[in-house]
Amino acid sequence: MQDYQSSLSNPESRKFETFSYLPTLDAAQTRQQVQYIIDKGWNPSIEHTEPENASGSYWYMWKLPMFGETDVDAILTELENCHTAHPNNHVRLLGLDNFAQCAGTSMVVYRGVTV
Amino acid sequence: MAKVYDAGVKEYRETYWMPDYTPLDTDILACFKVTPQDGVPREEVAAAVAAESSTGTWTTVWTDLLTDLDHYKGRAYAIEDVPGDDTCFYAFVAYPLDLFEEGSVVNVMTSLVGNVFGFKALRALRLEDVRFPIAYVVTCNGPPQGIQMERDILNKYGRPLLGCTIKPKLGLSAKNYGRACYEGLRGGLDFTKDDENINSQPFMRWRGRFDFVIEAIHKAEAETGERKGHYLNVTAPTSDEMMKRAEYAKEIGAPIIMHDYITGGWSANTQLAQWCQDNGMLLHIHRAMHAVLDRNPHHGIHFRVLAKILRLSGGDHLHSGTVVGKLEGDREATLGWIDIMRDSFIKEDRSRGIFFDQDWGSMPGVIPVASGGIHVWHMPALVNIFGDDSCLQFGGGTLGHPWGNAAGAAANRVAVEACVEARNQGRELEKEGKDILTNAAKHSPELAAAMDTWKEIKFEFDTVDKIDVAHK
Repeated sequence: MQDYQSSLSNPESRKFETFSYLPTLDAAQTRQQVQYIIDKGWNPSIEHTEPENASGSYWYMWKLPMFGETDVDAILTELENCHTAHPNNHVRLLGLDNFAQCAGTSMVVYRGVTV
Repeated sequence: MAKVYDAGVKEYRETYWMPDYTPLDTDILACFKVTPQDGVPREEVAAAVAAESSTGTWTTVWTDLLTDLDHYKGRAYAIEDVPGDDTCFYAFVAYPLDLFEEGSVVNVMTSLVGNVFGFKALRALRLEDVRFPIAYVVTCNGPPQGIQMERDILNKYGRPLLGCTIKPKLGLSAKNYGRACYEGLRGGLDFTKDDENINSQPFMRWRGRFDFVIEAIHKAEAETGERKGHYLNVTAPTSDEMMKRAEYAKEIGAPIIMHDYITGGWSANTQLAQWCQDNGMLLHIHRAMHAVLDRNPHHGIHFRVLAKILRLSGGDHLHSGTVVGKLEGDREATLGWIDIMRDSFIKEDRSRGIFFDQDWGSMPGVIPVASGGIHVWHMPALVNIFGDDSCLQFGGGTLGHPWGNAAGAAANRVAVEACVEARNQGRELEKEGKDILTNAAKHSPELAAAMDTWKEIKFEFDTVDKIDVAHK
């Protein structure tokens, strides 16, 4: 039997919704998820936040959503640009489904310094 | 020319059998599976069903002539063989919209499944499907929040939601109960759930349960950084009492409450759903007693009708069966009523038991809840069958983990995320499920232990209620 490692005092316990219970996606895996968003016809959108403010609905938008963007590399480059500009922040990629008027998916691609 | 009063008993088919009738877009349409007594002609029985579920009574009465019954009557307009079963036939009946009070599933069903089900000329009767015209749909309040709002309220995108029904279903004290919730939520569940039997018994009154559970939610949220909920069951002996519990749940900041819409009643359910919409509350719906109504293939009400009733009456989650777990569920039929819960337009499709096109307009959808006898090994199939807009609920499959609820919850969370990741990569979940789970378990000892615990469990009883298909 193992103890379940999770506590208020341990920042490692903080999660980030979808895919945060898996090991951080590597470059190839991230690429596949970006491709999935494109294949679904969703609009990629990049957001970031200070980790202490992660629980709110609104993170900072990194530029406008990339409406109609279908180039995986262009999206990966913007993710990287956002991360470079805000290295301590969480950076997430959303696929905005304008028909459902809801994000079709959302995943944290760069994990900041959790608190 | 005015009609003349002619007392006595008339054959139903003279008035209610109208094979040339073309249903109006505004009619409520019903498909009944009729098992007649021997020797009664089909047309007469179909007409009798139309009559007894609308304006008719057994004899002519003079007051019939004070109104225009031809405007109000139900019309049996078609008869079809039931594939593979000569004991019964399908009767299609059209009801004019004016027969029914707006926004009242109670009123519609009081006609459609009222006295007619005890009618002597029938051996059995089953309501297979109902087409609610958009003109009626827009009079109903529907789900309080809907799928999109629920995702935005809870900040959960791109994957099925994960839940767990707390067990043992009866007998825990409020504090011990809150502990079971806390452990599940901190391990990665989105929701824990009151069992349907939990109302306010002497071993755990509702107020104490609500207080301890909300503490569990708040601590798990602080610990994981994710938003959590627990379906606080407000089903109560009276609707006043139900509302009192709902108000308290709101006061302490609970995001979601729960109601049993069949045993609690559709009137109470509609009231609660409207309150939830006004108060920003999500509503989880349990369906205790449904199998009494929907399991017998010859008599009762099909679940696809009960699902439509719930969507009109209001609820954000509804238990739908799992296809793969311990409870009844034919795969094609289940896929049919899952679409009925979630989609805005559903085409007639007899292979899935759907007899009519159903247009919901902009009424929000209901999230299907898969619950009952499922565990991590079922996850690939569940993600494939239900897709993202679903709630997968593992009771024993969480709490029965050898290391406890938190580990059980983490195992399920890792499994669902691994399946979603693989699906998004284009992998076939049901074919490659074992590989996907085995690979995910390499970095999750909780998942590895769960896979070890439940490997051998299977439920392979044959379905009692199947889609009608030719067998000869």
